[in-house]
Amino acid sequence: MGELKLMKGNEAIAEAAIREGVDAYFGYPITPQSEVIEYLMMEKPHERTGMVVLQAESELAAINMVYGAASVGRKVFTSSSSPGISLYQEGISYIAGAELPCVIANVVRGGPGLGTIQPSQADYFQTVKGGGHGDYRLFTLAPSSVQEMADFIELGFEIAFKYRNPVMILSDGMIGQMMEKVELKDQKPRWSADEIKAMHGSWATIGKPESRERNIITSLDLDPHKQEKHNHHLQAKYRQMEKEEVRYETFDTDDAEYLIVAYGSSARIAQKTIMLAREKGIKVGLLRPITLYPFPEKPLAELASRMKGVLSVEMSAGQMVEDVRLAVGCSDIPVEHFGRYGGVIHSPDEVLEALEQKIIGGK
Amino acid sequence: MDIAIKDIIKKENLVYTKTKLMTDNVLSYCPGCGHGTAHRITMEVVDEKGIQEQTIGIAPVGCSVLAYEFMNIDMVQAAHGRAPAVATGIKRVMPEKYVFTYQGDGDLAAIGTSETIHACNRGENITIIFINNGIYGMTGGQMAPTTLAGMKTSTSPFGRDLHSMGNPLKITELVAQLPGTYYVTRQAVHTPAAVRKAKRAVRKAFELQAENKGVTFVEIVSNCNSGWKMPPVQANEWMEENMFPFYPLGDIKVDGELVKK
Amino acid sequence: MAKVRGAIVVDVEKCKGCGVCVPACPSNVIELNKEVNGKGYHYSFMARPEACTGCTNCAVVCPDGVITVYRIKIPS
Repeated sequence: MGELKLMKGNEAIAEAAIREGVDAYFGYPITPQSEVIEYLMMEKPHERTGMVVLQAESELAAINMVYGAASVGRKVFTSSSSPGISLYQEGISYIAGAELPCVIANVVRGGPGLGTIQPSQADYFQTVKGGGHGDYRLFTLAPSSVQEMADFIELGFEIAFKYRNPVMILSDGMIGQMMEKVELKDQKPRWSADEIKAMHGSWATIGKPESRERNIITSLDLDPHKQEKHNHHLQAKYRQMEKEEVRYETFDTDDAEYLIVAYGSSARIAQKTIMLAREKGIKVGLLRPITLYPFPEKPLAELASRMKGVLSVEMSAGQMVEDVRLAVGCSDIPVEHFGRYGGVIHSPDEVLEALEQKIIGGK
Repeated sequence: MDIAIKDIIKKENLVYTKTKLMTDNVLSYCPGCGHGTAHRITMEVVDEKGIQEQTIGIAPVGCSVLAYEFMNIDMVQAAHGRAPAVATGIKRVMPEKYVFTYQGDGDLAAIGTSETIHACNRGENITIIFINNGIYGMTGGQMAPTTLAGMKTSTSPFGRDLHSMGNPLKITELVAQLPGTYYVTRQAVHTPAAVRKAKRAVRKAFELQAENKGVTFVEIVSNCNSGWKMPPVQANEWMEENMFPFYPLGDIKVDGELVKK
Repeated sequence: MAKVRGAIVVDVEKCKGCGVCVPACPSNVIELNKEVNGKGYHYSFMARPEACTGCTNCAVVCPDGVITVYRIKIPS
């Protein structure tokens, strides 16, 4: 049984990283997630577990420090917010190409550009459709509570090392800043050098003994045929993730006639919308994708087949709705998007109004 | 009395051969390029110190992007300019290892200036080997941050105009000013004497790294025959006449103190 | 007094004929061959082998590490 605490999402993810036995955190301050590095600095994890915490000179440096520590088989964590995550993209592409594990948290704020410091979900495209260059996929977990901010550290590293792929925890300013009760797991020991050698010595650049060929971490192959082969290997990995790692939950869908699809903060708000709707006699359910990549397209397609309409709710101008439409397919039911954006959070009433106007009324 | 050559070429008479820490892959560098020599002396130091298993190298973007094909150690290829950050990430979690970056002038002194300055200023216990040939070799001879005034490149075809293109950057003198650097030196590898001296500098840089004194920084002023459009021997002469006056060889910082000239 | 004699072996197929070893030799032993290797390079060779002292200068300065050096002391 873990320890119960009242914490901000940003603090919970930091504390969870220490307890996970993470070896290093590299980051650069940016609102609304600076509490992550502040908490880590205050906690002196170097004394608790030997974990390294370093404030880099820029996001470019931070993500490349992550690349370095990940290349030697260590558990590395970093966090930032939208403009900073844009600067991470080059590094994330290299990390994906070189097949390195790491966990990155994006506490999303409104954009584009410098935007605002208020919550947003407008980094969906950037996260699940690429962001950086080349054919790669970023495994994406979307927490909708402070508890999940903490829990997704462990899950994130499990996936990251299983597939040797970067994992994104796509949060937002609301989840990062809000305080909630969180159950923290017991402290795990950090991996020893011998454990790392045994588990990751086949690829990690931890120093070449005479007994093996040198290990090389690179995403470069000038021979296009070899590069294509490498890409085939990456794609096979992504297909496996799509087959085995989809996570989602449903709420009030058994008798539902209408479906809301929402993740993170919007999923919390949608739950209230569902209560309000049911008070008015409108039977609405919720599908909450927990993994945004891989997207829960099959469960969504199944649910949608018995719905009269689907509303995708996201604090954006309409990004996830494209995946919702792809999943629902060429059905004649309405599939629409609703969301406030640019840092504005929609209310449950606004979501209900959108449901009534765009889906029920628009039928 | 005389002796037949076949009687000299015997195992017991061997005095010099390529270190096993250089792989047998044919170097991808142009004929006469100093990169090969700089690679070799670095690997000779690692070999002679017996630290192959303790050494991790970072290859940059530039001509030496494929350094990992030639250096027989564990290596990481870094994004353009980011090698000091990658080295920081490795060294912070494996402080017992020897970690070095091997970077060209475009990588270290243009796109990676921030990473260079801050890794040096934090005093990371890493070694930076900096190859300065005043030009972008890999992409075909464009102007570099270290291109000399008036020097012709494919993006300064009428010579580097300081007024519109800025001044050549003495990044090595600059990093020597930072408290985090402990040993900063400028060397060359175009003559046997220079190579032997440069190798001593690389050895010293590695030895000081083990003492956790901060950044050890070895610049090697080198040639780029293809970019300079000269035969190798002539390029080396041109380097002595033109590069060395602006980038004078010798120690710049020793034992954490600037060398007084 | 002992006399020192040396000899070099050039890995002909890996030599790029850059010629950096030629002026590095204090005894003027090395020249670039009129013949070429498989890649068309005029590889270096001992044009005056009797003058080689095995000083290793050529090998030390060879960018491609293609020169191996041998040395023997001959008692006079």
